[in-house]
Amino acid sequence: MNWTLALPEIVLTVCGLAILVYGVVQKEQSFFSCSMLTIGAFLVTGFLVLTSRDGVGYNHIFVNDDFSRFMKILSLAGGGLATMLTVGYAREMKVERFEFPVLLLFSTLGTMMMASSENLMTLFIGLELSSLAIYILCAFARDEVAGAEAGLKYFVLGSLASGLLLYGIALVYGFAGTLEYGGIQTAMSTTSAVPMGLMFGIVFMLAGLAFKLSAVPFHMWTPDVYQGAPSSVTAFMAGAPKIAAFALLLRVMAGPFGHVSPQWQILVEGISIVSMLFGSLAAIPQTDIKRLMAYSSIGHMGYALMGLSAGTAEGMRGTLVYLTTYLLMNVGAFAVIIAMRRKGRGVTAIADLSGLGRTDPGLAMAMAIFMFSMAGAPPLAGFFGKLMVFYAAVNAHLYALAAIGVVSSVIGAFYYVRIVKVMFFDEAAPAFDRRPLSLSFVSLGMGVATVGFLLVLGPVSTAAQAAAAALFR
Amino acid sequence: MTQIVFYVFATVLVLSAGMVVSARNPVHSVLFLILAFFNAAGLFLIAGAEFLAMILVIVYVGAVAVLFLFVVMMLDVRFTRMREGLQRYAPFGAAVGGVLFAELALAFGHWRIAANIADVPHLVPAPGRTNTAALGDVLYTHYVFLFEACGVVLLVAMIGAIVLTLRERPMGRRQNIDRQHERTAAESVEMMALPLGRGVAELGGFRRPDKSYYVASVPGSYGVTAEAVPQAAPAGDDRKGGLGQ
Repeated sequence: MNWTLALPEIVLTVCGLAILVYGVVQKEQSFFSCSMLTIGAFLVTGFLVLTSRDGVGYNHIFVNDDFSRFMKILSLAGGGLATMLTVGYAREMKVERFEFPVLLLFSTLGTMMMASSENLMTLFIGLELSSLAIYILCAFARDEVAGAEAGLKYFVLGSLASGLLLYGIALVYGFAGTLEYGGIQTAMSTTSAVPMGLMFGIVFMLAGLAFKLSAVPFHMWTPDVYQGAPSSVTAFMAGAPKIAAFALLLRVMAGPFGHVSPQWQILVEGISIVSMLFGSLAAIPQTDIKRLMAYSSIGHMGYALMGLSAGTAEGMRGTLVYLTTYLLMNVGAFAVIIAMRRKGRGVTAIADLSGLGRTDPGLAMAMAIFMFSMAGAPPLAGFFGKLMVFYAAVNAHLYALAAIGVVSSVIGAFYYVRIVKVMFFDEAAPAFDRRPLSLSFVSLGMGVATVGFLLVLGPVSTAAQAAAAALFR
Repeated sequence: MTQIVFYVFATVLVLSAGMVVSARNPVHSVLFLILAFFNAAGLFLIAGAEFLAMILVIVYVGAVAVLFLFVVMMLDVRFTRMREGLQRYAPFGAAVGGVLFAELALAFGHWRIAANIADVPHLVPAPGRTNTAALGDVLYTHYVFLFEACGVVLLVAMIGAIVLTLRERPMGRRQNIDRQHERTAAESVEMMALPLGRGVAELGGFRRPDKSYYVASVPGSYGVTAEAVPQAAPAGDDRKGGLGQ
């Protein structure tokens, strides 16, 4: 039994338990130290992930390859940045209890398990671990009605989606007689026509995963939950769990069901098209920036799915690069949103940003960078992600898909640029409160990464290439 | 013989399951649920899975059903009120159920399994293992990673339950245990000689010994901020007693 394959997960779990015990014993004022310890645990785990070796272990339950390493690093980065975002305004957001970073840690652990799944059971348990922790985090500010509503809504709908996913898994098991990806692949390899029951299973699994991705038509929960949850939780939700859900989708669809790709490709293509269009059209009338980010995230998931619907290694590479850039811009944008506070109260209306260019040029500059990058303006990070998925779609002869993608990204550019216009050309509103150092640090760091993405594009796309190749081994 | 036993268990199981959903009184529902569990355990026994049968009785009857019973009895849920719309929505629900059932029947009418299912790796119990040992193999050897991961999921659920519901109330009354042990009878109990046949109220009441209540309390509880000091009787209180005088 080569248990050392899962060393990063084991170390992260032990760290989580230790931090929990420390927090309970410490009782008072342990939020900050627990957060720092959590970030430390993420760093250590990230190092272990980078040095971990390839292989399949635990009786074909767990796999470690370039793909899982890529995804794990992304979700660890998402978890660490979300923790950092929380530290500055924890008391004001009413989340200043040591359980917060611990739950973030366990949620990230779940996403890591998802990235390493080699068995449908690992997939499900990792997904549940990650989701359960997020349900709690959404309702963490329990005296806020909006937060409690967000938590409950997400919990009920998320359970439904888990049920769908589980039902799909059961149907696939009924066909293949195993839950291992390798076994399912073997069982599929001799089937030329997909029987109806199996097709049902695949569709149910797609639906369950699309819910976690908040892709249309399983997106209804997103705006309410994004708006109601504490901002740093929203920043986390839009990062690590979506990356992990994508990891599952890519791994399951390219691996066990890769043989029948023509059957599901049309479905993914459809989901991708409606997500892109809905994300850009529904965001236009929004007046709340967190809701706007929710619709923007729906749209972004559509673009990222475009790479999957191409069904090629090139497309997967595009999706991976897209997710990397999305993580950067999203965390940065949320750092700015969390910094939007007046007289100790958080404000989230787009109108509150007006005149930010004069009252706080640095913050406005950062936000403008993230908005332009999300719109896909070169030479910012978002441009390269979009370029790679469009390129893959065109190479796979999905011209309609690529054309719709271009159109919807032009529509999307409207509301991103509108925010820039509000910040720089509207009447100045009163200045925001002084923001803590951690928020400035995160928004500066993400801003630099977004602008200078071109410099690291080479290594990132090489890593993504290796990761995508691992899927098609 | 086995067949007769099977049909007896199965009939009672189905009937009691029907009663669970149709009983008017929720307590009766839970009791029928327990009956259903017992019969399901009987079916497991017939199938030769004695471990699962015992687990079903111990876990579901012993713990889960009793919890249900507690919840049903303690929560004031108006079940008759909840049933009000039943008449109105029943046809609609039946229609949806019927359509779903028909679709499932269509989908699974010709269920096919993979042609080369023999090539797929399966877990096969080692020869000579009892089913309890085989279950143990699966849980603690083959799938130990998932078993531990499930443990973490439960831990997260527990943290969540605590985080979302526990409120530290300052009203908690706690004792300083050391101080309580140090107390002597002399500072906390006072013997008074009273005439026979007359009540405390008639005698005008007595002051209880000073410090007797607050001396061992943790600061912050009982509404005391710091260690209480003995105080003389306030003006206007002419009751007898109190060690401070």
